[in-house]
Amino acid sequence: MATAITRQNVAVRTVPAGRRKFSWVPYLFILPHLIFFGVFVGYPFFNGLFVSALNYNFLRPDRTEFVGLQNYVNLFTAGSVQFQPFWTSLWNTVQFVIYSVPPLVIIPLGLAVLLNIKIPGRNFFRAVYFAPWVLSIAVVGLLWWWIFQSQGGLINYYLGQMHLAQPQWLSTLPWAWVAITVATVWWTLGFNMIILLAALQEIPNDLYEAGAIDGATGSQMFWRITLPLLRPVLLFIVTISIIASFNLFGQPFLMTNGGPALPEGGGATTPVMVQIYREGFEHYSLGSAAVMSFVVALIMIVVSIGNFKLFQQRD
Amino acid sequence: MATAARVQEKAATPRVERRITVARILTYVLMILLALIFMLPLLWMLSTSLKPKAQLFAPVIQWIPQTFSLESYQKILANPAVPIGRWFVNSLIVSLAVTALILIIDSLAAYAYARMEFPGKNLIFGLLLSTLFLPGMMFLVPNFLTINNIHLLNNYLGVIIPGLAGVFGVFFLRQFFQTIPKDLEEAAVIDGANVFQTFLMIILPLAKPALATLAVITFLASWNDFLWPLLVLQQADMLTLPPGLRTLQGAYTSEYGQMMAGAVIAAVPVLIIYIALQRYIVQSVASTGIKG
Repeated sequence: MATAITRQNVAVRTVPAGRRKFSWVPYLFILPHLIFFGVFVGYPFFNGLFVSALNYNFLRPDRTEFVGLQNYVNLFTAGSVQFQPFWTSLWNTVQFVIYSVPPLVIIPLGLAVLLNIKIPGRNFFRAVYFAPWVLSIAVVGLLWWWIFQSQGGLINYYLGQMHLAQPQWLSTLPWAWVAITVATVWWTLGFNMIILLAALQEIPNDLYEAGAIDGATGSQMFWRITLPLLRPVLLFIVTISIIASFNLFGQPFLMTNGGPALPEGGGATTPVMVQIYREGFEHYSLGSAAVMSFVVALIMIVVSIGNFKLFQQRD
Repeated sequence: MATAARVQEKAATPRVERRITVARILTYVLMILLALIFMLPLLWMLSTSLKPKAQLFAPVIQWIPQTFSLESYQKILANPAVPIGRWFVNSLIVSLAVTALILIIDSLAAYAYARMEFPGKNLIFGLLLSTLFLPGMMFLVPNFLTINNIHLLNNYLGVIIPGLAGVFGVFFLRQFFQTIPKDLEEAAVIDGANVFQTFLMIILPLAKPALATLAVITFLASWNDFLWPLLVLQQADMLTLPPGLRTLQGAYTSEYGQMMAGAVIAAVPVLIIYIALQRYIVQSVASTGIKG
């Protein structure tokens, strides 16, 4: 054991691989992590499939019954208890992805271009714009919930000062989505900004110098040099923003409680993650919740792979 | 645009120089305005938490409270239904434990994947890699059941141990270990050190920057985690701060001063860490592209 490394290194050079001495040491190094990985990533991958085939009530485990594909069938049968709330909430999540991803790409890109100007103090500003990202969603949700209150809230106070309409931000449409999107953009744009800034700084300066010699203006250089070179990073940003927005949970959970109510039932800002939470942990239908999370996870995997393929085409 | 200005600087005629100065001032004005927009919500949170209740709904908004008051803080700290001091300690215990344990188990595993050859290595490592694409939500229900079955609901361990399964730290450290020149380890082995001694005395000291980065990221993520502790911790005195804030919100619908005081208490530790280590944190995001 004492000289495992030397022996191995020597072995690589002089002895055929098959006769290398077997050692337990590497397994001892990976074992602690592998145990936790097995219990909380490997096992649940299969156990989740098993649970999804059960009618499992967390409060009455004795009443558990095997229902096969019934939970899946319910999800795809119009008129079942799960059908309408699930698909409504999934559509709500898709709406949020559509509202939030463009600002989460465009605003960080603008900020990154601004911060790429080499002037003193820009690191300070970079730190300020990024700061909200280090906060918990609980802090962010509570804070914007207060700011968007119709009574005593900051936004409506200033709207009133300017004699503008004061919407009920958190309980009417489309304002509830506006409030959730503003909170999200404020909270997370710094992350995209940092990645875009790092990519901007890797663009060789000669390209701009050559452009300047050819008489290109600043905006021409942005459209013809900067954007094409940022394309792979922008695709990456779009992908991670879609995935992050798909996971929307805390903002509506804390700010709108999923409301306002829809005439056909359910809440207009109840995203699918909140629906899964309610199904599993408020109604205690864990089998049904497991099925919902699998369907959503599958959609996210397809989206990720689709974007990944786009990357490869560019490379 | 920036670079365009720099290129022009080289051909500096007085007129161009003046244009650059004006552009620079405009850039600063824009940057400062944006900084204000980013900071105002946080200042409003602080301002609200420091106002006496009577001033919360004043007809004219005061950014700087007319009279500073710790009333909101005293009230939540004295209220046994929302034991926020306890939540703070819970958050600290959980976050420190997760951080320490992740550093230990991930650096051990990363070292094996970076430096040792063993049967099954590529298979196992590929398996870890493939799970990076799996959305975390898939694991919520089954992991909740596991934690329930081993009776760790309302237990610190129920929050701590599922976090140790993550693969990000292993990849992150493995990448760093691979950049360390092998000569140092070989020299140590010739001096009679065994694998574990080499790891402990040569590799870990050299990997301090990577370990520090991983520690900061892990601590922040753990301190801020909302959904998992919300599921696993249900007893009021076991909550960490993020689900605790949710309880605070549910308990007093119009006590905005107290809610903001709670939010400040949860935000201050991470903001202090951020101010002290922002360069580290920002650079780690830039280089690794992880989402906490």
